[in-house]
Amino acid sequence: MTVDLAPKPNWFARIANPSQFLGWTRPLLWPLTILTAIAFAVGLYFAFLDSPPDYQMGDTVRIMYIHVPNAWLSQFVYGVMAVSALGSLIWRHPMADVSMKAAAPLGAVFTALALFTGSLWGRPTWGTFWEWDGRMTSTLVLFLIYLGLIALWRAFEDQLRAGRVVAVFTLIGAINIPIVKFSVDWWQTLHQPSSVITPDGPHMPGSILTPLLVMMAAFTLLFATLQLKAMHTEIRRRRLATLERQRAAMAEGAK
Amino acid sequence: MIDLGPHAVFIIWAYIGVAAAVVGLIVWTVVSGWRVEGRIAELEAQGVRRRAEKAS
Repeated sequence: MTVDLAPKPNWFARIANPSQFLGWTRPLLWPLTILTAIAFAVGLYFAFLDSPPDYQMGDTVRIMYIHVPNAWLSQFVYGVMAVSALGSLIWRHPMADVSMKAAAPLGAVFTALALFTGSLWGRPTWGTFWEWDGRMTSTLVLFLIYLGLIALWRAFEDQLRAGRVVAVFTLIGAINIPIVKFSVDWWQTLHQPSSVITPDGPHMPGSILTPLLVMMAAFTLLFATLQLKAMHTEIRRRRLATLERQRAAMAEGAK
Repeated sequence: MIDLGPHAVFIIWAYIGVAAAVVGLIVWTVVSGWRVEGRIAELEAQGVRRRAEKAS
């Protein structure tokens, strides 16, 4: 009879230990992928086939169903990075570093898409692709911050040191998030203020709110899926780096 | 084809752009995963192991 003396891993270890994290999150990937695909199918059905044109802007309202989800993700992904940065600095949580690194390119793409769809929506509704208004300028700054953080990750050979430095800069860059959020209230130039989450409920009818919410869910699921996969790759990449060092040491020893 | 009104070109290009970027992001994520796994398999085939695994 053998007695299992190994301590049962607690919840913190299950998140913090790379192999354990891989073990329990791997089975989540396929269900998440399928859920994302279903959400996009339903969302696109609503966006094109089961929602009316807006009474003022006509069919261009359909750009909203991809613009708002990307704009939401541009801020949400930064939020994920900022929380990970805290986890990295305070608890030296190894998965927090991995999460920060995996999220940066995803956030950069979603931010670029928010700017892209915004300008294509702006031309027919405002008469301009671009205006240096508060929301647009602060979102452009957010995009540049993402690029800066990606560059910072690549500037260090030692990814543990990189994690420390990136975490500090991520938290400094987080100052921009409330600026993006409240820019529409502070500077009333072109971009409209929030119309989904307001003190007196959403300022849009259900027929337009439904496709918007489904598409936001679909994009958020897409991010969750890609983030998880990218984190797995990053964990394995670190293992690969260890093996590369090991090989170099073996080659050294053989001399 | 659904009639998207006078500004159809903006709507269609917005969706094409987003679709292209999303597909690109998915492909990039999957391919970088494969690359890392491939390289790990290559090194392990050469007998490179982490120190902790040597004993086994």
